Amino acid sequence: MRRLRPGTIVLLACLLVLALLPAFAEKYYVQLFTKIMIMAIFAMSLDLLVGFTGLVSLGHAAFFGLAGYVLAFAAPQYEAANLWLSLPLAMACSGLLALLIGALVLRTSGIYFIMVTLAFAQMVFFLFHDTEFGGGADGIYVYAKPVAAIAGWEPFTLENHVHFYFVVLVLLVLVYAALRMLLASLFGRVIVGIRVNEQRMKSLGYRTFRYKLVCFVLAGVLAGMAGYFAAAQFGFVSPETLGWHQSGSVLMMVILGGMGTLTGAVLGAFAMILLELGLQDLPRIGGLDLAKHWQLFMGGFIVLAVLLLPHGLLGLGQLASKLRRKPVEARDG
Amino acid sequence: MAEAVLRTERLSKHFGGLAAVNDVSLEFYTDQIHAVIGPNGAGKTTLTSLLSGDLPPTYGHIYLDGEDVAALSADRISQRGVGRSYQKTNIFLPFSVFENCRIAAQSRRKSSMRFVRPALAYREVVREAERALAEVGLEHRAHETAASLSHGEQRQLEIAMTLATRPRILLLDEPLAGMGGEESARMVELLRKLKQAHAMLLVEHDMDAVFALADRLTVMVDGRVLESGPPELIRASSAVQEAYLGTEESGQ
Repeated sequence: MRRLRPGTIVLLACLLVLALLPAFAEKYYVQLFTKIMIMAIFAMSLDLLVGFTGLVSLGHAAFFGLAGYVLAFAAPQYEAANLWLSLPLAMACSGLLALLIGALVLRTSGIYFIMVTLAFAQMVFFLFHDTEFGGGADGIYVYAKPVAAIAGWEPFTLENHVHFYFVVLVLLVLVYAALRMLLASLFGRVIVGIRVNEQRMKSLGYRTFRYKLVCFVLAGVLAGMAGYFAAAQFGFVSPETLGWHQSGSVLMMVILGGMGTLTGAVLGAFAMILLELGLQDLPRIGGLDLAKHWQLFMGGFIVLAVLLLPHGLLGLGQLASKLRRKPVEARDG
Repeated sequence: MAEAVLRTERLSKHFGGLAAVNDVSLEFYTDQIHAVIGPNGAGKTTLTSLLSGDLPPTYGHIYLDGEDVAALSADRISQRGVGRSYQKTNIFLPFSVFENCRIAAQSRRKSSMRFVRPALAYREVVREAERALAEVGLEHRAHETAASLSHGEQRQLEIAMTLATRPRILLLDEPLAGMGGEESARMVELLRKLKQAHAMLLVEHDMDAVFALADRLTVMVDGRVLESGPPELIRASSAVQEAYLGTEESGQ
């Protein structure tokens, strides 16, 4: 067997801890980590655009939020939706929306691309915010979690928080593995080429628009998967789930963890949510309630991280291994 | 004589009031090197960009195998067998030297919408990339990052990438710029070899190389063709002497 790289060993160790977590953690923490892993899938889907293809989207939550609404609509009032039908449906709807938005926004680039993705996502936001069919600004409840029954047999039940946790963990691993495979494929090499030098890709004969569009749709479908489970777990969807705040926060996760690496996106999701909780738990010192101002510390932390760690938190590990060993061959090669 | 594979007719490109390329009609034949020379700002690079589809012409025609392709985008022109190398090195700096050529070779597949099989498992693409690297003599640097190459080596890589797309027509914009004596001599040899199966546009400032290689010479000044013909004719032309060659000799 090939000798494992230190990074792979750390990754496997983290996976082991995650797999064992429900055995010793309280329900609260199991649910918290479920939420984090859902956001990690969401962050990886955005990283496919931002970090690998070089498309900085500020509207990615539109696909996340839409899938949640699809679940809400697919569930008959007070009854559960069927997972095997509603999940593909939700992902397909997100993909379709991504196809529609992508076909228009991918004609722009740079700062215009950022603005246009934001504008389209805001349109979707107001579509749900200002109309009655999705509950308007109040949102709608998903009263029951989707049922995973196949002809009467139920392999797992999402009502059980441990089952839910493991379903999401398996999906996280599957999405990670699928994206690793994708990035090593012919398609993956093309999208990275587009990030590095799109003009040269065109002059080599690649119709870059097509590849960017397929990538945009794939990212939308995966964001939809995350959004579906987020809605199922939370039991509630509101326009906020597809707003620019949500888009910004997942972009922050990607940047904080390290753009252009899948582990970076996952790390960013964990770091940001745990940090948020940690800061909200800060003690009161005399008359000063530190926890009340947690967002101030969060902002400060992100500014510092961006300034000091241009490759995100993942850069910390690379920095450490660089100090120990001679430089390795470039990752992109 | 056989029909020209590439032909321009009254090709023009205006940038606002400036006619960077003005009324240029030229022909390119397989197994001929057609060199375009002229002082800086004569429109040589703009002409190359028009032919490669990187820029749309303001008016005029470009006939490729008899078909007007002036309106086609760069990727379509490339797929029809026109390969371009750039004056300002235009490569994928963070990629390895090999990957630069591999992605170039990959472009010749019908589609890259393949999501499962690893790119390196496509042996024919890998072989094509290795062939192109060997052709310019960069195989010993294959696994370095392109950014770590010397300027001259990056120029060689630029040519290798163009060759990896298996073009029939080569548009080479100053391929020798920045190369050392040995690299330069090697490149001249390569171009001579390539001439047999390719039609070639060569924009170059190195007059020794130009006169050693060119079958046909066009002198451009201020976007226009000043003179076009066999090298002997150009060398003898008094208009060219005055406008270009004379100043070039005293200047360099």
